[in-house]
Amino acid sequence: MKQILVDIKKCLACKSCEIACAVTHSESKSLIGAVLQDKKPRQRVYVEAGDGISFPLQCRHCEDPRCVSACMSGAMYTDDQTGLVANNPDKCVGCWMCVMVCPFGAITQDTEQKIAQKCERCVDLEEPACVMACPTKAIKFLDIDVFSKDARLQYLTNFHLKEEGK
Amino acid sequence: MKWENKSIDPAVRTMLGKADKDGIDTVWDRYEAQQPQCGFGLLGICCRNCIQGPCRIDPFGSGPQKGVCGAGADLIVARNLLRSLMGGTAAHADHAYEAVEALYMAADGLAPYEIKDENKLKSVASKLGIDTEGKDKNRLAKEVAETAFADFANHGSSPMKWLTATAPQERVETWGKLGVLPKNPDREIRTAMHQTSMGVDSDPVNLILSAVKLSLADGYGGLHLATDIQDILFGTPTPVVSEANLGVLKADHVNIIIHGHVPLLSEKVVEWARKLEDEAKSAGASGIQLSGLCCTGNEILMRQGVPLANNFLAQELAITTGAVDAMVVDVQCIMPSLADTAACYHTKIITTMPIAKMPGAEHVPFEIEKVDETAQQIVRMAIEAYKKRDPGKVNIPDEKSSVMAGFSVEAIVGALSKLDASNPLKPLVDNIANGNVLGACAVVGCNNAKVTQDASHIGLVRELLKNNVLVVATGCAAHALGKAGFLTSEAAEKYAGETLKAVLTAVGNAAGLNAPLPPVLHMGSCVDNSRIGDLVAALAGYLKVAVKDLPIAASAPEYQHEKAIAIGTWAVSLGVFTHLGVVPPVLGSQQVTTLLTSDPVESLLGGKFYVETDPIKAAAGIIAHIKSKRAKLGI
Repeated sequence: MKQILVDIKKCLACKSCEIACAVTHSESKSLIGAVLQDKKPRQRVYVEAGDGISFPLQCRHCEDPRCVSACMSGAMYTDDQTGLVANNPDKCVGCWMCVMVCPFGAITQDTEQKIAQKCERCVDLEEPACVMACPTKAIKFLDIDVFSKDARLQYLTNFHLKEEGK
Repeated sequence: MKWENKSIDPAVRTMLGKADKDGIDTVWDRYEAQQPQCGFGLLGICCRNCIQGPCRIDPFGSGPQKGVCGAGADLIVARNLLRSLMGGTAAHADHAYEAVEALYMAADGLAPYEIKDENKLKSVASKLGIDTEGKDKNRLAKEVAETAFADFANHGSSPMKWLTATAPQERVETWGKLGVLPKNPDREIRTAMHQTSMGVDSDPVNLILSAVKLSLADGYGGLHLATDIQDILFGTPTPVVSEANLGVLKADHVNIIIHGHVPLLSEKVVEWARKLEDEAKSAGASGIQLSGLCCTGNEILMRQGVPLANNFLAQELAITTGAVDAMVVDVQCIMPSLADTAACYHTKIITTMPIAKMPGAEHVPFEIEKVDETAQQIVRMAIEAYKKRDPGKVNIPDEKSSVMAGFSVEAIVGALSKLDASNPLKPLVDNIANGNVLGACAVVGCNNAKVTQDASHIGLVRELLKNNVLVVATGCAAHALGKAGFLTSEAAEKYAGETLKAVLTAVGNAAGLNAPLPPVLHMGSCVDNSRIGDLVAALAGYLKVAVKDLPIAASAPEYQHEKAIAIGTWAVSLGVFTHLGVVPPVLGSQQVTTLLTSDPVESLLGGKFYVETDPIKAAAGIIAHIKSKRAKLGI
């Protein structure tokens, strides 16, 4: 199963992923339509920076999700078919337990409905919007093993060039 | 990108196949590689004006709403827009200034140009209040050039003379009341650059007023000045028949394409290509075939009948034919990719201007005193390159269309005076009043990789003509219409509504064409939008109404350049309803968007911007506007 994985060295903090994510969650799905609509759409990916790196963070759709364990209404669940973590808006009561236990801060508030909102990984799109929007291809949508193999090859190249660890 | 989304021009589509086969990277490939483009940039809400930034405003409200300095979206959008106008105005003013320098030197005998149009010289001099009596053309030309130089050196408080001499009086008063009369193009650009720097102006409305002022510097210190001086030097255009599209290239000829905007060198290249035809024959060619791209192409079409190769988006594909021996470029709209494309063929890219060089091209400096030698050198370089042409790489598309161009205001009035010598505008005005001609629309501007090449130009114009709206065109829009056959008498039969067709037939027959006038009048290059300004001013003057009250509109369906933003703002300032077919980068600010597309711009100036990307809907919007103006006039 493909995952959203980030090449940390390549993120320039341009926030193109944030814009694309918000547009995907708008009525028209277009930038211009999204800007003109009354209730502004909100993104579910956040570019944060610290200690010399910047990084786009969104729900990691954990295998053993703390947010699901913490949810007392049964709103947050792992979808059997997609394997993705999702929030059922009809069941969510806005207690914010999920927000407190998420180690990534990937869950925020839908301020209108007063419920939790997070990345749904664009299940209707071929690739998540943030992945398509990333101009440096820092955000990737790959099988874990493919990403790991790329990392191993990169490590070997750097090892050969005596630049280990770079 | 699918090939049908790239262009509607069949010659371009053929060449796209060849480019693919030859491994040529085109503008469309690069456009696709840029997708998706930055949302902050598209909305105009990124500021790089100081080094505390770059700052971006979150268009959806949850992120930052202020830059580091405190500038919000409205201010950032207004500042960015004004900076775009500066780019456009600088390009036109620099172009015009070069023409003035040439006239000044020609008058002194220092530049090998002859003053071709003494009538235009006298008419321009009289408008400027220069006494023409008893002066020979060189002395008069020098005084005209000195008046232009004085506008660029004006450090007093009076407005630019070129503006007050050529703009409608009602407008001069309106602009005066708003405090937007420019004094000196250079000074206005300098002031606006200062105004938009960190920590100066933080009032979006004040910045938009400066955009209006800058657009007037563009309209009169750029467009009008350039047209006037070029007409004096090279002649005011008269109707001429030629051809357009890549099919004008000839396999057995030395092909020279002239590309850019300023006709100072290209006029000489045309002259010397004709004189050196025998050298081309000695090299084994049947002759020299010249053709033009972009607005230099329009200039030499209008005055010399040189055919058009294609418009902006197809400049690389012209080289891809493998038949172009030299492409000579001056300034503006020259893609930096040309040298890469040319490297795959024998084509020589020849740059000529000190501010427009290109790695991989050969630079032959344009020096006005030696322009004859330069032009000869360029033609000979093309002949040399021809000897290295690989016939195996040549594929010239068949497509070309006949075009009639050269409709200066003088030429239009000349044609109309065949119907009514004492009152030449009367037949046109009468036909507008009785509804045979519903109104008029200027379709102008560029190509833009965001729009299928020529599709919006053609789609819009087809609808306008069907509804009896007369069209005038300049720039790459005129190329598009030329390639598609709209600049012909047959187009009147094919596309014009019944009553418009009857009027075009009457004027065409009276002018001795024995056929209708084309339903789209090619009025020249982008700086020649000044001709359209003069035409509407003359119509307004004849009717004793303001330009803003006329049943007219302007449209830039596929614009891309900062120059187009300056020209469009000038049109709005003149009082013209101005359609844009590509969304400008202002939607990040509700305030600026409203300012430009409704009040107060409309109530203060009478014109406004109208943005619609669908050409059919845009035509409906333009027609509705024309009808509303007719209703207000009671016709």
